[in-house]
Amino acid sequence: MMRFILPFVIFLVLSVFLYKGLGRDTREVPSPLVGKAAPAFVLPLLHEPEKKFSPEEMKGKVWLLNVWASWCGACKDEHPILMELSRQNIVPIVGLDYKDKAVDGEMTLKRAGDPYSLVIADLDGKVGFDYGVYGVPETYVIDKQGMIAYKLIGALTAQNLRDTILPKVAELQAK
Amino acid sequence: MRYLSILLFCLLPAMSFAGVAKDIADDPVMERRMMLLAEKVRCLVCQSEPVSNSHSDWSKDVRQIMREKMQAGATDQEILDLLVERFGKSVLFDPPVDKETMPLWSAPFILLLLGGAGLFYQLRRRKGQVVDVELSAQEQLRACALLNDPDLNDAPEPHKDTHA
Repeated sequence: MMRFILPFVIFLVLSVFLYKGLGRDTREVPSPLVGKAAPAFVLPLLHEPEKKFSPEEMKGKVWLLNVWASWCGACKDEHPILMELSRQNIVPIVGLDYKDKAVDGEMTLKRAGDPYSLVIADLDGKVGFDYGVYGVPETYVIDKQGMIAYKLIGALTAQNLRDTILPKVAELQAK
Repeated sequence: MRYLSILLFCLLPAMSFAGVAKDIADDPVMERRMMLLAEKVRCLVCQSEPVSNSHSDWSKDVRQIMREKMQAGATDQEILDLLVERFGKSVLFDPPVDKETMPLWSAPFILLLLGGAGLFYQLRRRKGQVVDVELSAQEQLRACALLNDPDLNDAPEPHKDTHA
């Protein structure tokens, strides 16, 4: 009897692991920055390079930091979602143009529409590095105290916005 | 005219400049140290490749940052700590043993133990099953005859006739 049960149990255990592995995105590495203060920086605005932005200015507000670039394909996929989110006016979205040419970034926004409250230019990617960016797009939810509450690697979708990002934002705004 | 244009086309390669970013610092000693360190770091874009081998933009950035930090006098450990702080422990191919990475480090040993226990159990069970069989005198004789039978012994040899 044991001869049949044991392989079957092993088979079941393996199946569970493999099944879980199927749904997992191996590119998603848990960020160590979640729960820590968002790294400080001062960067020029994309549209008006003489003006600077620092995350300090957003203290007291829950906000999204969306890392994008004109060369990034998945950013085009999430663009309509961002446009819709910005229309709803729930949460300010700060766009960070990552490793891009300022002209290209501006052109993209002019052509496709600008969902951002403001756009900062991280043309050499130094700030992106501090934020642990390795796959654009990435979206950070930052709370009123300036802590990173959540990090999404990859494109925003209607689903992850509804199920994860917006509930998180609402929870943090209520605090 | 034709020869002139051919000549001009021959000159074309001389005018092409490969737009490859300069990936080697001026200091070869530091470059070597950087590459050794970069071997320990996982390229998060390509996952199973070390930063030292990877051509991804992200890995190039990491190498550049390593150079800058080294120039600024940072130790190897400080640079690794900086990377872990931003990208997590999975950025190291050889992550430190701690509470978080315990399952990862202990898994091979647990599997080995399980396999060893299984093998031990199987062997013990088999030992009970295999019984030494005593041959009777008659069987012994038959076995000898079979073993010494030249026809039977040589049967599988294909070139028997040439030897005879």
